[in-house]
Amino acid sequence: MSGTTVGTRGLVFNEPLIFEQGSPGREGYSLPASDVPEKKAERLIPKKLLRDEIPGFPEVSEVDVVRHFTRMSQWNYGIDLGFYPLGSCTMKYNPRMNEDMARLPGFARAHPYQPEALSQGALQLLWELEQYLAEICGMDRVSLQPSAGAHGELTGIMLIRAYHTSKGNPRKKILIPDSAHGTNPASSAVCGYQVIPVKSGAHGVVEPQAVAEVMDDEVAGIMLTNPNTLGIFEDYIVDIAKIVHGKGGQVYCDGANLNAFVGIARPGDMGIDVIQLNVHKTFSTPHGGGGPGAGPVAMKRHLAPFSPVPTVEKKGNQFTLNYDLPKSIGKVRSFYGSFGVLLRAYTYIRTLGPTGLRRAAEVAVINANYILTQLKGAYHLPYDRYCKHECVFDDALQVPDNVKTLDIAKRLMDYGFHPPTIYFPLIVHGALMIEPTETESKETIDQFIAAMQAIAREAKESGDLVRGAPHYPRVGRMDETKAARQPNLRWRPKPPGS
Amino acid sequence: MRYIPNTDADCRQMLDAIGVRSVGDLFADIPGAVRLKRPLRIPPALSEADLAKHLRSLAAKNADADRYVSFLGAGCYNHFTPAIIGHLISRGEFLTAYTPYQPEISQGTLQAMYEYQTLICQLTGMEVSNASMYEGASATAEAILMAHRVTGRNEVVVARSVHPEYRQVTHTYARQIDLTFHEVGFTPAGTADLKQAKALLGDRTACLVVQNPNFFGVVEDLAELGEAAHAVGALLVVAVAEPVSLGLLKPPGECGADIVAGEGQALGVPMSFGGPYLGLFATQEKFMRQMPGRLVGATQDREGRTGYVLTLATREQHIRREKATSNICTSEALIALIATIYMETLGKNGLKEVALQNLRNAAYAKERLAKVRGCSLKFSGPTFSEFVLQVKRKPADVLRGLLRKQIIGGLDLSRFYPELKDCLLVCVTEQNSREEIEALAKAMGGGR
Repeated sequence: MSGTTVGTRGLVFNEPLIFEQGSPGREGYSLPASDVPEKKAERLIPKKLLRDEIPGFPEVSEVDVVRHFTRMSQWNYGIDLGFYPLGSCTMKYNPRMNEDMARLPGFARAHPYQPEALSQGALQLLWELEQYLAEICGMDRVSLQPSAGAHGELTGIMLIRAYHTSKGNPRKKILIPDSAHGTNPASSAVCGYQVIPVKSGAHGVVEPQAVAEVMDDEVAGIMLTNPNTLGIFEDYIVDIAKIVHGKGGQVYCDGANLNAFVGIARPGDMGIDVIQLNVHKTFSTPHGGGGPGAGPVAMKRHLAPFSPVPTVEKKGNQFTLNYDLPKSIGKVRSFYGSFGVLLRAYTYIRTLGPTGLRRAAEVAVINANYILTQLKGAYHLPYDRYCKHECVFDDALQVPDNVKTLDIAKRLMDYGFHPPTIYFPLIVHGALMIEPTETESKETIDQFIAAMQAIAREAKESGDLVRGAPHYPRVGRMDETKAARQPNLRWRPKPPGS
Repeated sequence: MRYIPNTDADCRQMLDAIGVRSVGDLFADIPGAVRLKRPLRIPPALSEADLAKHLRSLAAKNADADRYVSFLGAGCYNHFTPAIIGHLISRGEFLTAYTPYQPEISQGTLQAMYEYQTLICQLTGMEVSNASMYEGASATAEAILMAHRVTGRNEVVVARSVHPEYRQVTHTYARQIDLTFHEVGFTPAGTADLKQAKALLGDRTACLVVQNPNFFGVVEDLAELGEAAHAVGALLVVAVAEPVSLGLLKPPGECGADIVAGEGQALGVPMSFGGPYLGLFATQEKFMRQMPGRLVGATQDREGRTGYVLTLATREQHIRREKATSNICTSEALIALIATIYMETLGKNGLKEVALQNLRNAAYAKERLAKVRGCSLKFSGPTFSEFVLQVKRKPADVLRGLLRKQIIGGLDLSRFYPELKDCLLVCVTEQNSREEIEALAKAMGGGR
C-alpha cells in the first residue's frame, strides 16, 4: 500500500448506546428557575391526559453527551476526512463560511410567521436566490419550497399533472429511461402515473427513436437525467424534447447531475420544461449523513401558474409572500422551504460568482475524465467515451478471479477512501460509479487511482485480502440479511435477571 | 478559487493525460446550439469578508427572538437549546457524511439514528420510528398515504384543529390519487368534535387525523377519538407539532394511535425562518413494512461485533422503484441528530421540566391576559403552551400596536380561520419570562 493514503485503526473508542449509560437523577441541562406560580400539571390538565415518566429516557451529564457523540463521530467517514467519490451524489467540500452565515441570529432565530416587514432580509435572500437559479437553469421561475431532490421531483411531476389537468386530461403515463434514479419512478407513482421504461441505446444515451415508439397522447411527459447516471450527456435531448412536445408532453429533467455543466449550458435552452436542483449536491450544502437537503424546482413560464404557494415577489423595494395563485398545486410543505439550506446555497453562489461556477463544472469534468483514462485497463469501462462529472466502471475484469464490486468497494476503505456508488446504474452489471467533484486536488485523485490500481492487482494475486475487506474500520462487513429478517429497530431494556 | 484546488497547470497535466487539447473538447457532446455563449448573469464573486458583511446586513433586516419578545408558535417554537448541540453537529464526521450506505465507515451516524428511533418510540409510546421525514406537514401527508395503503380505503377524516398548513399539504398529496376529505369542526372547548367525527367515519374511511395538542394549543382526548376510528376499521393518525408536550402528556401510543407523524423542530432545532426541520414518523410493528423512509437496525459483523445498518430497504425507491412505499430519499439526518442530542441532554427529568415550564408560563399568561379588558379566552379546554385569545379590536391592529414595543404578540388567526377572525394564537415557552408576559399584558391594556 506504499504511496497511497492508508486507513488506520488509530485510537478509536468503544461507546455503548446512551440507554446503557448514566444513572438515575444524573442531569445534563440547566433551566432558568421558574418565576410563575408552580402549579402542578394535574391542576391544569386532567390527570387521564398526562403521562408518568418517559420510560427508558437517558439520564446523563453534559460531559457524557459530548463524549458519546464525539466518540461516535470517529466511526464516520466524511468529506472533511478525505475523498468521497460517491457517484451522482456530488460530495464536494462543504464551505464552513456557509455554516456560520446560517447561524446568524437574524436568520437562525427568525420565526416563519413574523411580519413580512420584519423579514425583509430573509425574503430578499430567497428572491435573489430564485433569480440566480433561474438564470443558471435558463428557466423563468423557481419554487424554493421542496425539501430535497425527490421532493422536488414530486413537485415537478405535480406541476406537469396540474398543467395537463388544466387542459382537460391529466394523462396516464410517464416515460423513464432504464438508467434513472429510483426516485424518478417512485415520484411518478406517488402522483398516480404509470411508469413506462425507455431503454438506453448502445452508446449509453436515450435515442429519439426509442422515445418516439412509446410517445402518445396519454404520456404526460418524460423524466430524463442529464448528464445521465452513466455520466454521459444526453446529446439527443433537443430532438427528444421535440418528440415529446409534439404530442403535448412535458420534459422533466432530474437535475441531480447539474454540477457537470453549470455555466456551460442551460437546461431551459434544451427544451426542458421543469427541473429540480439538489442544492446539497451542486451548491455545496452539507449532506449531514442523509439531509437536510433542498430541492428547488425551476420551471418554464407555462408551468409557473401551478407553482406551490407561496412565491416570493418583489414590489418596489419590498419583498412579499404571494399566496394568490388560483391554479397552484397547493403547498408541498409547511412554511417556505428549507431556508437554512437555501441560504447556504446562496452564500456558495455569491462566493463563486459566474466565473467560479463555470470553473467548478469544468474542473469536475476534467477530474472525472482523468480518473476514467487512468483506470481504463485496470477496470472494465462498459461505455468507452469521455464522460461528464462521473465515470462508470464495472467488475468484469475482476469477476474471473472471484472478486466483485462489493469487495473492491470495501477494500477501498482500507486505503482511506470512501467507496464509489456501487451497483448503480442498474443497466451496468456490477457498476462502480465514480464522481470526484472539483474540490479534489490532482494529488488526492492520484492517490485514489493508485489505490484502485493496487486493488486490481490484489484481486489477481491475493483475492482473500480483498474479499475479507475492510480490515481497518471499527467493524467489518455487516450481516444485512439478519438485520432485515429479524428487525431490531430500537433499544429495549433487558428483561430483569438476564 | 479557494474551493477548487487544481491550478491551470494541474489541469493542463490532467488534460494531457486524458489526451485532449482543451477542456472544451470534453464538452463537445453538448450540441453547439444549446451551449451558453456568455457568462451567467449573476453577481461577481465576493471575498469571504465582503460576503459576510453582506449577509450580516441581510440578517439585520429580520426580526429575531433575541431582539424581539415573541409569542409566536403555531408549528415553530422558540425553545432554549444547549450550546453543545451546535458544537457536536459541526463535527465534520457528522456534517460532511453522506447517507450511511457503507455501514463499516458510518457507524457514528447509524448508532445515532438507532438512538433517535428509540427516543422517538419512548416519547410517543409507539413501537417503531423511522430515521426522519422532511417536516411535519409532509410527514402527516405520508401518514395518510400509508393509511390508504394499509386499509385500501379512499376517504380521510381530518380535524379542522390540525395545523392549517399540514391540512393544505395533505390535500396537495392526496389530490394526486383522488382521496376524498371530510373535515371535523371544533367544539367550544376547542377540541375536535367527537360527535361529528363519528358521523363522518365509515367503512370507507382510511384514517382519522387529529393533532395533539391541536393547532389551538388544546389537549385532545385521543383515546375516545381512537375508539371512534377503530370502531369502523380506520386508523388513528396523530399529528404532533410540539413534541416537547410529550414530556407531560400521555403519549399517543397509549391512546390508540396507529401512526404518529409530526414536527420535531421543537426538539432543539433552530427556527430558521421555517426550515430545515424534522419530520417525525412512528407506527406500530404490524405496519412496519408499510412505512416510508429510512430505517436503521442493529445487527452483527462477521466477527460477532454489534453494529447498525440501513435495513428493510425493500420498501424503498432505490430497490422497489415505482412500487416503493414513498419516493423519499434524502431526508433530515442532521436535524434528527440535533433532536437526538437535545433529548439525551435534557433527558428524563429535563424534558419533563421544560414541558412543565411551558405549561406553567402559558397558564400564567392565559390567566393574566384573560383579565385584560377587551380580551377573553376563546376555548374552555385544557391547553399546553398555546391558547386562543379573543380580542375586541382587530387582531392586526393589536399586533401592530405591540410591535411598537418590540413585542410579536402571536398569530392573527383570520389568516387561516374566517370564523376566528377576532382571535390571536398566543404561544408561551420557557423562553418567555414572567416579566415578558407582564409586558405583553400591559401593552394590551391590562395595567399593573
